[in-house]
Amino acid sequence: MNVLVKISPDINVPQALDFVESPDCGGVVLFVGNVRNETQGRKVEKLFFECYEPMAISEMEKIAQYTVEKLGIRRIAILHITGEKFPGETVVVIAAAAPHRGVAFEACEYAIDTLKQTVPIWKKEFFEDGAIWVAAHP
Amino acid sequence: MRVLLFGIAKDIAGAPAITTTPVADVAALKEWLYAQYPPLRELRSLMIAVNKVYANDAQPLLPGDEIAVIPPVSGG
Repeated sequence: MNVLVKISPDINVPQALDFVESPDCGGVVLFVGNVRNETQGRKVEKLFFECYEPMAISEMEKIAQYTVEKLGIRRIAILHITGEKFPGETVVVIAAAAPHRGVAFEACEYAIDTLKQTVPIWKKEFFEDGAIWVAAHP
Repeated sequence: MRVLLFGIAKDIAGAPAITTTPVADVAALKEWLYAQYPPLRELRSLMIAVNKVYANDAQPLLPGDEIAVIPPVSGG
């Protein structure tokens, strides 16, 4: 299997890198998404992630398969957390490996951009004075 | 029909799952949802998933389908 897709309360970078690294791949591109401590000037205390897990896994698998079948990726890992995370903590890790770096860069960017558009995961931002579901309203 | 709700849609309905009156297709389900929970109209988008796949308005809803309301996603 050349695709690793996982949703868990705890994820880490070595898990993704160890999965994709292989002697036939000279290029490995890694994206790590962490909790930022502010949004539009407001201090963020924590984030809460909720997901529709079986569908989220299915959508993440579609993204991974696309990078393999259409972009030429040899191995890819897409990991996302659920639950509560605090500033600096990691919420998403994507590692893409290919024989050459160009494809790996392209696949990694495609994977994170598409994940943000299609995977049923929702993020609630908690501030000192309240909380909002991110991007829910126009 | 039983319908799963997530994120802000769950907060608006006040429950992680609801039971609707019988509805024939996705468009009819959305109409029912908007009538029952008007704040859903204010969302940036509202998708319906049937059996864990995004569905268009014309898709029929059949007994046994797993139906979910998908408000705007914000993972990553």
